[in-house]
Amino acid sequence: MRKVLIGAVAAFALSLPFAALASEAEIHIPKEDWSFYGVLGKFDKQQVQRGFQVYKEVCSACHSVQYLAFRNLADLGYSEAQVKTLAATYEVQDGPDEAGDMFKRKAKASDYFPKPFANDNAARASNGGALPPDLSLMTKAREGGPDYVYHLLLGYEDQPPAGVTLSPGMSYNKFFPGHQIAMAKQIQDGLLDFADGSPNDAPHIAKDVTAFLHWVAEPKLEARHDTGVRVILYTLLFTILAFLVKRHIWARLDK
Amino acid sequence: MSTEKSRLQRVFEWHEARLPLVGFIDHAVGTKYPAPKNLNYFWNFGFLAGFMLITMILTGIFLAMNYTGNVHMAFDSVERIMRDVNFGWLIRYMHANGASFFFIVVYIHVFRGLYYGSYKSPREVLWWIGVIIMIVMMATAFMGYVLPWGQMSFWGATVITNLFSVIPVVGKMITTLLWGGFSVDNPLLNRFFALHFLLPFVILGLVFLHIWALHIPGSNNPLGIEVATGDKIPFHPYYTAKDAFGLGVFMLFYFGMVFWFPNALGDPVNYVKANPLVTPASIVPEWYLLPFYAMVRSIPNALIGVAAMFGSLIVLFFLPWLDTSRIRSATFRPIYRILFWVLLLNMFVLGWCGAQHPEGLPLILSRIGTFWYFFHMFVLLPVVGWIETPKPLPASISQPVMPAFKPAE
Repeated sequence: MRKVLIGAVAAFALSLPFAALASEAEIHIPKEDWSFYGVLGKFDKQQVQRGFQVYKEVCSACHSVQYLAFRNLADLGYSEAQVKTLAATYEVQDGPDEAGDMFKRKAKASDYFPKPFANDNAARASNGGALPPDLSLMTKAREGGPDYVYHLLLGYEDQPPAGVTLSPGMSYNKFFPGHQIAMAKQIQDGLLDFADGSPNDAPHIAKDVTAFLHWVAEPKLEARHDTGVRVILYTLLFTILAFLVKRHIWARLDK
Repeated sequence: MSTEKSRLQRVFEWHEARLPLVGFIDHAVGTKYPAPKNLNYFWNFGFLAGFMLITMILTGIFLAMNYTGNVHMAFDSVERIMRDVNFGWLIRYMHANGASFFFIVVYIHVFRGLYYGSYKSPREVLWWIGVIIMIVMMATAFMGYVLPWGQMSFWGATVITNLFSVIPVVGKMITTLLWGGFSVDNPLLNRFFALHFLLPFVILGLVFLHIWALHIPGSNNPLGIEVATGDKIPFHPYYTAKDAFGLGVFMLFYFGMVFWFPNALGDPVNYVKANPLVTPASIVPEWYLLPFYAMVRSIPNALIGVAAMFGSLIVLFFLPWLDTSRIRSATFRPIYRILFWVLLLNMFVLGWCGAQHPEGLPLILSRIGTFWYFFHMFVLLPVVGWIETPKPLPASISQPVMPAFKPAE
């Protein structure tokens, strides 16, 4: 039994160098500290609210968050009245009415955030042929997750390195695969003033909006962590009891 | 205490006399199943596989209640499960990670069989059913991965279903049948959903056959020798207690993954909705299929590659005869024991290669790995069985190896 275990560990350990080899050629994304990492990690609601402001005032010009409904904002600490008021500042298409016509109305809490473009073709036409992706799942849909999104937002270089020629309309980004990205640099120092007066230098803005995007991608994260702690504690108790029961029963064999 | 039977007990016995349901379970995994007393913790994994099958069926049924099998709605319906269905995130993460843990458990179960020679006479049919279960599991897992209709779902389905098209004569027809048309589209998603729902119950039926076939010869054991009746202990309470403890340890890992790293084993690209016009940078299956994916890509000829991939599984059916040694446990087989670990390492290397672009070092390694797999099965196993001198076997499982023979002086 012990030999088998040693062998299993050895086989696993021997295969690790191959795993290390795999990541050599890829772009290195530095790790960031996030409030939502860790065993009991939670969203910093103030930070996510600030990130929402960034999304609303900057990103939403081109990017949709199609799985986010106004009602979801209540999870960030906004009151029902605030959510309704905010929703009412948006217009959504509804219909057809009795005459068979589509019409515009003020958004309700149950509506989803309207997309900036009517369809993908319209989005491409306004963005030099590039399609701004939906951001609802962005922090889960890219290798590196929130760290990648954060560094991508800050990873722009005014001049590409020598020998790199950019296609027209493209920008150089250290962290984007292939380094040529259609989105121009957006996040800059003093880009906007936060409602709560928080620092508004580029790293803070990028951090806040990334936290918001991770909340949009993984809205049940806090429930997951809370439930997880309880499940693990229960399982641990079960395991200890099961071990004692097992030892007690097997002791009969020694008699 | 009175000897009078209670009313409840009389009702129970009346029913058991007519349909012995409890007696059936008692014979299968209870007090009436005598098991060798020396089974180590590697014998927990059969039970754990059964536990995972039930977990997958239960979470799967609740997912199916909320999932929509249509190319325009599948991805959105999964997001709705994650966001709006009560505990939908938990059910889905348990199911998605459950697939990985099911394979971890089953692969350990299979390699335990390889190490201790559990496939050898008289357990060949038991082994066969196990191999069939593993193959059906792979098909089920692959089809399940297609259902969320993300980028990797779509492109994985495209690559794998196209593999069938290289089969001479009938290949194209098989692919068209799988697709239900001329490309990967809604008909494929629909039939994969139907089959993904059906196959777990086929596996459940096969598990019954597996346990039935187990009970004819009884459990193998770490020493691989026949076990005297006196060296057996009832499955319940001894192994039920041991399995319960093993289950607890296993669940700590499983739930650790579900609650803190639910997406670590998945490909991020599958959080992007399927798009037939955009091919992902690299198309890779889930980790548990990577070794076989490496095999198919290691061979330049597509037909031979596909034959190698399926052959690597089919060859397992012939293992009881390819292995010519009559000694079951690798404990007493000095050469085979080394080969076993090399084979296991080989699977890890192939798995790594399967995740890389098939060029340079990964391509060379996957060719060596594929060659070694078949070399192991077709050449090393029979030859080593003939030339190897096994260590002396103990007389019984309760007795250590017999003292070495000392000539009298």
